[in-house]
Amino acid sequence: MDIFLTLVINGLSEGALIFLMASGLSIICGLMGVVNFSHGALFVWGGYTFVWIYRMTNSFVLGILAAVISVFILGIIFEKFFVNKVYGNAPAQILITLGLQIVFTDLVRLLWGATPIAVGRPAYLAGTTIIAGVTIVHYRVFLIVVGLLVALIVGYILSHSKTGMIIRAGVQRPDMVQALGINIKLYFTIVFAAGAALAGLGGALYAPLVGNVVSTAGAYNQILAFIVVVIGGLGNFVGTAKGCIFLGIMGAFVAWFAPSLAVVANVGLMAIVLAFKPEGLFGTAVKK
Amino acid sequence: MKSILKAENLVSYIGLYTILQGVDVEVNKGEAIAILGRNGAGKTTFLKTIMGLVNTRSGSIELEGESLVGMPAYNIAKKGIGYVPEDYGVFDELTIEENLRLAVRKETPDGEDRIAKVFDLFPDLKIAYKRLAKTLSGGQRQMLSISRSLVNDNKIILIDEPSKGLAPVVIESLGLALREISKESTILLVEQNFSLACAVASRYYIIDEGKTVLNGTIKDLLKDKELQAKHLGI
Repeated sequence: MDIFLTLVINGLSEGALIFLMASGLSIICGLMGVVNFSHGALFVWGGYTFVWIYRMTNSFVLGILAAVISVFILGIIFEKFFVNKVYGNAPAQILITLGLQIVFTDLVRLLWGATPIAVGRPAYLAGTTIIAGVTIVHYRVFLIVVGLLVALIVGYILSHSKTGMIIRAGVQRPDMVQALGINIKLYFTIVFAAGAALAGLGGALYAPLVGNVVSTAGAYNQILAFIVVVIGGLGNFVGTAKGCIFLGIMGAFVAWFAPSLAVVANVGLMAIVLAFKPEGLFGTAVKK
Repeated sequence: MKSILKAENLVSYIGLYTILQGVDVEVNKGEAIAILGRNGAGKTTFLKTIMGLVNTRSGSIELEGESLVGMPAYNIAKKGIGYVPEDYGVFDELTIEENLRLAVRKETPDGEDRIAKVFDLFPDLKIAYKRLAKTLSGGQRQMLSISRSLVNDNKIILIDEPSKGLAPVVIESLGLALREISKESTILLVEQNFSLACAVASRYYIIDEGKTVLNGTIKDLLKDKELQAKHLGI
């Protein structure tokens, strides 16, 4: 029972981390229709910026803020100068974002080196608590709380605010949104940058969890994010959130009981979903 | 009468193709003007060019004397042009309420009152207020599309083939609604349904092969069967 609860908490925290990465991708890929292979690079930039500022200032919060803001700006640059030119052209999107992923991951290596940089958790998030024989890692609980908060805020914005309405409408008929007097291009830039910032936040929070930051982390986490976006249903934000919980918990259990199958299980699940329920496990994806 | 919209020698293109090759149209305040012509004549492109959704190569489009050429579509709309596209352009994944609220521009302080007013015109929309637009019938979608153009204080409303794909009984009630709207708004109506166009508009322009070939009053056009046959195939 103890191990069961520990694995659930581990799974939920992993799910929360995947969610931070995948929620941005769900918006960019699912809602805006951009196949964004640069998401991993944005994740890594978030991680490195966090570690750089955290080590310099010794402030965890400043490090997180710096990661989010810098990746938000990077998102604006990506959208304005590259992605914006290839809306509606999936092959071009794959090529251009893959190119950005390679260039910006290499830039990370150039700036900070290829060797992993160690990073610890701040003292107030570093401990553990044992309740009824179950070891609860504070940092993992913190990740679950952050993931929940982000899910609630983004979910609320998408479904209840005028901005959310504009995004949902703009994805379906950008020309008509423009004809109603709304600058949809500006919204798309901001949405892309916000999705990027979420990846940056994910990268920043991931580093203290695994104890280091390394340039290859982006590609691995990007695959996980794509898997949950597919499982959740393209464009289905709530589905993506459920997909993250599902994948996180499944990953924790598989890693414990059959560690060699950890990667295979994720990809296998995605393949099964694509084969039997291509619209996603959790409800219907947004039609375009 | 005060000129609201004026297009002169308008040439516009889509990709490699020049679609409009010299359109001249003038709409005065309070008028309802019909743009007539055969399929593929360039009527829809004309409205899209006014809205900035199709690129202008040469010529001019002025709204109350201000040039609209080169202006992005969202700025053109903000200048006071309502647009009802031929495919309705409603947002399927949004409710009727959301479709209407989204259309209310910041500079329209009485948006809520205006939404209430469109329900007098189209009571069906009030009943289905919380329903997703994708669940609506063709007629209801058209009502919603027209309603969106009424929730702002627009100087002119461009309506593209509102009768397209609708049942005769729906077209009849749509005609009544358009006549009601034309009492308070300036309308530029593209329409293939000749009787509907005549019921709503007082003047007409005929576009053929991307050019304005004829204009006059609807009264005169109704009398001239030869002209109807030559340009409209009636």
